Amino acid sequence: MTDPITFRPAAAGSQPDNNSPQYRSTGARHPRQALLGWAHTVTETTGPQFHPTHFPPIADLTAGGVMGERIIVRGRVTDEDGHAVPNTMIEVWQANAAGRYNHPGDTHDAPLDPNFSGEGRVFTDANGWYQYLTIKPGAYPWGNHANAWRPNHIHYSLFGTGFATRLITQMYFPGDPLLALDPIFHTVPDEAARNRLVATFDLDVTRQDYALGYRFDVVLRGRLATPMEG
Amino acid sequence: MPVATAFQTIGPYWHLLEHAEQADLTRFGAQGETIMLSGAIRDGNGDPVTDAAVELWQASPPADASFPGWGRARTDANGVYRFTTIRPGPVPGRGNTQQAPHFAITIFARGILTRLCTRAYFADDPRNGADPLLNLIDDPARRATLIAQSAGGTVWRFDMVLQGANETVFLDI
Repeated sequence: MTDPITFRPAAAGSQPDNNSPQYRSTGARHPRQALLGWAHTVTETTGPQFHPTHFPPIADLTAGGVMGERIIVRGRVTDEDGHAVPNTMIEVWQANAAGRYNHPGDTHDAPLDPNFSGEGRVFTDANGWYQYLTIKPGAYPWGNHANAWRPNHIHYSLFGTGFATRLITQMYFPGDPLLALDPIFHTVPDEAARNRLVATFDLDVTRQDYALGYRFDVVLRGRLATPMEG
Repeated sequence: MPVATAFQTIGPYWHLLEHAEQADLTRFGAQGETIMLSGAIRDGNGDPVTDAAVELWQASPPADASFPGWGRARTDANGVYRFTTIRPGPVPGRGNTQQAPHFAITIFARGILTRLCTRAYFADDPRNGADPLLNLIDDPARRATLIAQSAGGTVWRFDMVLQGANETVFLDI
């Protein structure tokens, strides 16, 4: 039996350390023991595949008339080898325009929007492209340190082709003054890797008289070697 | 060469995308030995982790239209998660080895920036003794953190500790 091709380890500085004291909640939630290294097997190189039949897309988070600044987010999902990741599910969730999540745990004194759930789900097309319509999420305070505010962000969840390619991240907005102050954003050591979490304003995605457009691409892990083609 | 996008924490409000039925991997009519896998998650202070997303993946039985192979559950106010699924069989390891039946488990939560990955094996399975991953762990107490215990009937208990005494073995995936 041929061994599965393993996925590439993270590039130096490109991923956060789970022990990041500036983000206070990591204190009691990061393992102290070294992680056990392990060559990937079928358990790690295969993974769940999602189909719109069981996971119906929610590509318009504004349906029903929500409050806030409409935006279009478009981007492409590829892997580290430059290949498109087609037909893969992306889950997104976010606060409303006032900076409040439609969640019982969020007690921020900002209005809820009864028409905005903040949950979205889209699939990439055959070339890895995705798009959805939403509103720009608001900033909100959190208890990490004095006068701490999270920058505007949309949460992303992607699966890719294997258990090893799972990714949960956050998309930020360009020009946000809170980025320079945000300890979660700054847990990514490498500046270039950090800045890839910031979407870019894109006039080509912007729709006239309707909504600004942003571009946010996602790269999933590639494989250490690729099989011969042809 | 492009570099993979950085992880960021799932945060405390991920339940916006929670769908409770996803914790039942048998909901599409899968055939096989139905079991429940359940356990509590505690942090380094011994406190229950009450806002985690726990994901389960199993390569056996193979995923198909009736069996997704994947599930997601939240932890409750006691830090307890619950999955209903089909008991897996063995799967190939690298080379000519075979891996004992196991689940791949991921924890996402506020205060976890990337994800924590581990595995749950079955205490009653004699194939554990030849499992290549379990055999990488010399300390029997550490190894025991990857073993789900029978809780009677079809229920299996698998607790996880994020930090400190009895810390679960987490994997560098």
